[in-house]
Amino acid sequence: MKFTLGVNGEQRTVDVEPDTPLLWVLRDELRLTGTKFGCGVAQCGACTVHLNGMPRRSCVTPVESAAGQQITTIEGLKGPEADALRAAWAKFDTPQCGYCQSGQIMTAAALLAFTPKPADEDIDNALAGNICRCATYVRIRKAVKAAGEALGG
Amino acid sequence: MAPYDTPLASRRSFLAGAGGLVIAVALPLAGRAQSGAAAVLGGKAAETVYAPNAFIRIGTDNLVTVLIKHIEFGQGPFTGLATLVADELDADWSQIRAEHAPANAALYGNAAFGGMQGTGGSTAIAASFMVMRQAGAAARAMLVAAAAKAWGVPASGITVSKGVISHPASGRSGKFGEFAEAASALTPPENPILKTPDKFVYIGKSIPKLDTGMKSTGEAIFTLDVYREGMQTVVVEHPSKFGAIVASFDDAATRAVPGVVDVKKISDGVAVYARNSYAALKGRKALKVTWGEGGAETRSSDAIAQERMERVKQRGAVAGQQGDVDAALGSAMTTLEAEYVFPYLAHAPMEPLDVVIERSADGGVEVWMGSQIQSGDQPVIASVCGLEPTRVKLNTMLAGGSFGRRAQPTSHIAREAAEIFMAAGGQTPVKLMWTREDDIRGGYYRPLTVHRLRGGLNEAGEIVAWEQVIAGQSFLAGSPFEGMVQNGLDPTMVEGAASIPYHVPNFHCSAHIVNCPVTTLWWRSVGHTHTGYAVETFIDELLEKAGKDPVEGRLALMTDPKDARLAGVLRRVSEIAGGVSAPAGRARGVAAVESFNSFVAQIAEVSMQNGLPRVHKVWCAVDCGVAVNPEVIRAQMEGGIGYGLGAILFNELTLGEGGGVTQSNFHDYRSLRISEMPDVEVDIIASSEPPTGVGEPGVPPIGPAVANAVRRLAGKTPRRLPMIKELQA
Repeated sequence: MKFTLGVNGEQRTVDVEPDTPLLWVLRDELRLTGTKFGCGVAQCGACTVHLNGMPRRSCVTPVESAAGQQITTIEGLKGPEADALRAAWAKFDTPQCGYCQSGQIMTAAALLAFTPKPADEDIDNALAGNICRCATYVRIRKAVKAAGEALGG
Repeated sequence: MAPYDTPLASRRSFLAGAGGLVIAVALPLAGRAQSGAAAVLGGKAAETVYAPNAFIRIGTDNLVTVLIKHIEFGQGPFTGLATLVADELDADWSQIRAEHAPANAALYGNAAFGGMQGTGGSTAIAASFMVMRQAGAAARAMLVAAAAKAWGVPASGITVSKGVISHPASGRSGKFGEFAEAASALTPPENPILKTPDKFVYIGKSIPKLDTGMKSTGEAIFTLDVYREGMQTVVVEHPSKFGAIVASFDDAATRAVPGVVDVKKISDGVAVYARNSYAALKGRKALKVTWGEGGAETRSSDAIAQERMERVKQRGAVAGQQGDVDAALGSAMTTLEAEYVFPYLAHAPMEPLDVVIERSADGGVEVWMGSQIQSGDQPVIASVCGLEPTRVKLNTMLAGGSFGRRAQPTSHIAREAAEIFMAAGGQTPVKLMWTREDDIRGGYYRPLTVHRLRGGLNEAGEIVAWEQVIAGQSFLAGSPFEGMVQNGLDPTMVEGAASIPYHVPNFHCSAHIVNCPVTTLWWRSVGHTHTGYAVETFIDELLEKAGKDPVEGRLALMTDPKDARLAGVLRRVSEIAGGVSAPAGRARGVAAVESFNSFVAQIAEVSMQNGLPRVHKVWCAVDCGVAVNPEVIRAQMEGGIGYGLGAILFNELTLGEGGGVTQSNFHDYRSLRISEMPDVEVDIIASSEPPTGVGEPGVPPIGPAVANAVRRLAGKTPRRLPMIKELQA
């Protein structure tokens, strides 16, 4: 079945089963591989994308429910929050294995959009759904905070 | 994994055996894009004109590509090993790139593994420190010689700094790329002169990591991100219980799922082939497999633990002894006895296991995987495919964590991938994908291990007796590493317990190997995950019974010169934490563990909230010799603390009645989350000792440090892990 999605600002049409999770559409059909598979049951956050600007677990989002809507993946994440986050990620050399980091940054970008200058507690609450098995959490916390400060929030 | 050879001695023998390892091993120009990193990090093969040795390529574009012989999964070898080359080469850091080396043990073997190519035991820096520096120094000497010839000046008058070759007397200067071609025609020096440490420009500095950028944009390519033309995705229905086999299966419903292409029985289950990932997953869900459980483990993990608890009542194979422990226990004024049960643990790396394999144009196969032991995986794939190992082109990929999971003595994931490839005819490219459920339920766990300790104090409060008996599984038996098992002892089971850093005149440590069909494996810091916990909580209780301070009491017993560095980190951590007293409502616990030739001490400040420990802050002091990249070392300590903390608080992998695995995903096999991560302060001891590893040594102290604080708050040491089970029971 054909579905048209707005992905990173472009209209993309895919021909897939309607219940296919958005994760697999992004990866297998559109080859946007920055969005990762970690658990398949919305427990780890590695598959986080933005659906109409809100963070969303793409592994449990059927493509039919995302049709016609605007999706942003890590590849298409742009703007001041994204720039500030990536600069802060570099400043603290945050990633280790890196596999969860797309999801961390997608969630953090949404946090900064709504809470421009988050406290540690805000960061912990917003990112508690994003697992990092390398436990880069200390640096994620510092980086998100620094990004918020750099944005002048 | 643990290095059981002393790295320095075996490094020498490896270099001698390998002959031209360091110099003059030119790489073939074909097949250089060894990992997804290559595309992102740059380094176009076409521009490469100078490959002075197996580790370095220098292009006319001035880019210096360092081939990394250890897999990068977050512990930092891309940056660490490239730092060693860049320093001796006097390159500018901005011109440095890194990519995984191909599978070739003759060029890229690990000195700590007897020359096998592989990563583990926190050996990457320790086993590469001299080799990578020599590679950089040789390349530098050749570039200088080429410049000297071109300019008609003596080489002695040439200097190199930040990627620029200069001859101050004549005012000439040039970049590496200009001399790369001429340098490639020269004979490499056999004994390049290395810098003295005072001349280091990158070693010892926190150089920015090479892989941070691509891991912040989604551009980093992992195995799961590899898509080949015509590739099918394959998931495997694995046995319901350990040791079960496929008796029969009904694939009618599976084949009816749109996108499913084929279903095949392989040696470890039933494989579902599909045009995309979701079809494969749906197809597997529809599969009906009947399992033969005749040889399966059908006991619960409680029953398995019970068996091991019986075994530790008697001594096993002797791992260490001195004095007369029986007499000393008999005459002790006070005795303490404790039994510890450490559960099975899954590693749960963020990227579940995966492999891509396809037929090459020349009839061989090409493989993409996060291979941690290339020297094992490559021949296993070759054997299943009926090829010579050299016909298997193994591309080591960035991997989403490992923590030991990808270091498989049996190469089981490589074998499974090769089997699914061959079962479908050996022509269609396939991607084997494990799900989180496969990962959690798929075995290769940290072994369930039981310890029994008995200690005795005399009237003066001195510890006069220490007896430790351990029972667990050996994952080395029956593997290529079987030779490590000697006299009935698996060293990975007793490391950290066979000898302890505290002087006790009457000491005995022994162990039982009690195997069963549940597959087990090394788990970040291996035996130290349990021996560190048992030893460091038991000593803490004995010192408390003797009325002694946990830091001063330990230091007084660290009398052997070999424990001086451990004493050093213990003193340092106490200094930075301001001792072990805590504010009201909180307590501090301390632990110090040597593992993989590195020394780490930690102090954890803890309170109890809803019956569970809340860890507020951890202070950590580490001595790993020369600190090649202090920021990477700090990050590894932080990560080790988080990884270890999650496990001791929450994790156990259990088998229910009948032997099925109880857990399946992150909802019931919890990971530490950011809201549970303590602040961490790390201090690195300045040292000129040879560098040692940091990937694992941050893990062992955190459990006992927290447990010792919990004892002060809750009155008892959690001895049956995880803590959530005992404290909320």
